[in-house]
Amino acid sequence: MNAKKRPAKSTDLHRNAVPHGGPIPAGSRHLKLGEGLAYAPAPESTPVKIRPAYGLFINGKWCDPGAGKSMATTNPANGKSLAKIAVADKSDVDRAVRAARTAYDSNWSKTSGSERGKYLYRIARLIQERSRELAVLESMDGGKPIKESRDIDLPLAAAHFFYYAGWADKLAYAVPGRTPAPLGVAGQIIPWNFPLLMAAWKLAPALACGNTCVLKPAESSSLTALHLAQILQEAELPDGVVNIVTGGPEAGAALVQHPGVDKIAFTGSTEVGKRIAASAAGTSKKVTLELGGKAANIVFDDAPITQAVEGIVSGIYFNQGHVCCAGSRLLVQESVADEVVERLRDRIRTLRVGDPLDKNTDVGAIHSTEQLARIKELVASGVDEGAVLHQPPCRLPAEGNWFAPGFFTGVTASHRIAREEIFGPVLSIMTFRTPDEAIERTNNTAFGLSAGIWTDKGSKIFKIASKLKAGVIWANTYNKFDPTSPFGGYKESGFGREGGLHGLLPYLKV
Amino acid sequence: MTKLKIPIRPVDQIMTEERAASFSKRSIKSQSKLVALKLAISMMDLTTLEGKDTPGKVEHLCRKAIQPAAPRYGVPSTAAVCVYPNLVPCAKRFTAGTGVKVAAVATAFPSGLMPLSIKLDDVRAAVGYGADEIDMVIDRGAFLAGEYNQVSDEIMAVKQACGAAHLKVILETGELGTLDRVRFASDLAMHAGADFIKTSTGKVSPAATMPVTLVMFEAIRDYFFETGVRIGMKPAGGIKTAKEALAYLVMLNEVLGADWMTPELFRFGASTLANDVLMQIAKLVDGPYQSSDYFSLP
Repeated sequence: MNAKKRPAKSTDLHRNAVPHGGPIPAGSRHLKLGEGLAYAPAPESTPVKIRPAYGLFINGKWCDPGAGKSMATTNPANGKSLAKIAVADKSDVDRAVRAARTAYDSNWSKTSGSERGKYLYRIARLIQERSRELAVLESMDGGKPIKESRDIDLPLAAAHFFYYAGWADKLAYAVPGRTPAPLGVAGQIIPWNFPLLMAAWKLAPALACGNTCVLKPAESSSLTALHLAQILQEAELPDGVVNIVTGGPEAGAALVQHPGVDKIAFTGSTEVGKRIAASAAGTSKKVTLELGGKAANIVFDDAPITQAVEGIVSGIYFNQGHVCCAGSRLLVQESVADEVVERLRDRIRTLRVGDPLDKNTDVGAIHSTEQLARIKELVASGVDEGAVLHQPPCRLPAEGNWFAPGFFTGVTASHRIAREEIFGPVLSIMTFRTPDEAIERTNNTAFGLSAGIWTDKGSKIFKIASKLKAGVIWANTYNKFDPTSPFGGYKESGFGREGGLHGLLPYLKV
Repeated sequence: MTKLKIPIRPVDQIMTEERAASFSKRSIKSQSKLVALKLAISMMDLTTLEGKDTPGKVEHLCRKAIQPAAPRYGVPSTAAVCVYPNLVPCAKRFTAGTGVKVAAVATAFPSGLMPLSIKLDDVRAAVGYGADEIDMVIDRGAFLAGEYNQVSDEIMAVKQACGAAHLKVILETGELGTLDRVRFASDLAMHAGADFIKTSTGKVSPAATMPVTLVMFEAIRDYFFETGVRIGMKPAGGIKTAKEALAYLVMLNEVLGADWMTPELFRFGASTLANDVLMQIAKLVDGPYQSSDYFSLP
């Protein structure tokens, strides 16, 4: 073959070729991000068997609700019904609490710590074994990207069971000099944003400490908790130790008000949390509440800007912003504000919004039509109050609940979007001038769940962190979770801690 | 001596590593994959840098660069071949008229620990032999000792000696120790006149990594915003599989964007990567995987 003959180059390979030329003038220095390579759809195969209907899981058995009521649970990415779930009423909750009490008295309270630990290890391993199925189910029922349910929700859920399994026979070391005892029956109400993970956060420490549980998942995201019930059966957890009742506010209220419940653990909205606190007042019930947040990410001018932008992105767009500790306020030092905003504007253009089951999706579906309406209402208030909304051009699917990720500039501390929890993929950006102002503005909120600090100076991190009224403070990172680390809030973000040694105490009499 | 005025831009290692890892999670399938793999071939600097290199070996390499696979696969030529200066004349001969460029490593490659006059002679010789591109190394000893002016001045001098030849500046990131230094060396090299910045010689481990390349992309991006000039990037060494190459392209796509997705501004420095990419292309076109015996050695 003639060495000089060169095979034809396929022309589309060089469609973007731009030779070295003179400098691009200042106004035209734009990046064509994400436009150089098409990603074909990469759907996760769905190995999960969803039953047409689910009952209540009481005393180790599946049963129908007394009133026979059920409701559909839908896929927020397309609005289609996935299955029917039972709607529990007061009498069903009563049955569940009584089953938990019997299991506590006759069995679980007498089971040794090492034996309880064995069950928890078993559950953890089964979650790992079935993690693909559970991740797909979580994404279908909740709308979150498979990348997140696969890499974050599921590994963390298993990790919580593993971690608290280790504590089960070492409780005496958690409270030196005292003899810890379980409380009895724990009523646990969990939210829709991390359904399985929140079930793990609640069940693992409660069981490790020797309590029995009645768990009520959120009505719009019950499926993974119900599949967890299958895992509990497979792990041969004694009947009645964990009972799962699905349903709406009626079931939740019945659980909170039930006299047979010794402990209420609630994660959800501040509004409901206040009602629970009021209802438990004057009773012997122990309560822990993990509620809303309006966390600030503080970016100082000496921060690694590009990485700070990564933290801002994971802080607010992770799980569509449906995160109680989301970094929904950005406080950026005025001298670097323009650069941060420009980098963020570029960065969010590369976020891929769409099918939660596509492995390339970064931002999935908004969990429910109600939540979408709430996000839209608050975003509209921001625009009305004069803030400027920035959203990248992105095509959203025709069906289902979607909201393009975005951020507001021109926000002041008095805007509603700076004070109220949007619980969606929308960030409010404000500026500050000095560290003292940053501290003051960060703490100027009714909430106090989390905060982020971005600076290249280690000493500054410690100095600032000690002055922030927030339960979790991340430095040069955001939204990092670990079962060994306590999590919980100040002020309207609730009280009590979950995770770590601290997470044992709300489930123990010491 | 010019006094350097380059601001220090801090880099956070953990978040950089996290973002770099996120690109490997992108799933590139079917037609997109085929397009990306062919693009990867067109961006390759097919390299041989051994003491035992001969005209015979360079001929194998050049032929592979011109025609990496059978014509029916529609695979483009690689961007360049990369050789030692003494092998430039024969590389030029074997690639004449094909569009495949000849790159030569120079400036006392791979250590760079020689007097500047010798380095410049090295460059002039390679250019004299007809090299289209010069891959120089920075003096890491001087850089790590804080002699930034010296490093910068040397790059400027080499740039001048290059004449029309494109200059790639190798930072040897595996010897720099921190991402902060990678970032500063990148800024320094670009300000001193680099057309491309390049991670590694391939003689030091670790060679190219995703986090290091990401930091260099970010330096290129900021330099573009600052000056309007697009600098090229060449990760070299250690990229051996098509899967890794795709992850680099995804990162390029999402950090610098479409304007950089061309051999003019992005290269892979690699010797064994080509055949793994070709194997994947053949799999996509023909169906089954073929044994390595079906792919010619460079």
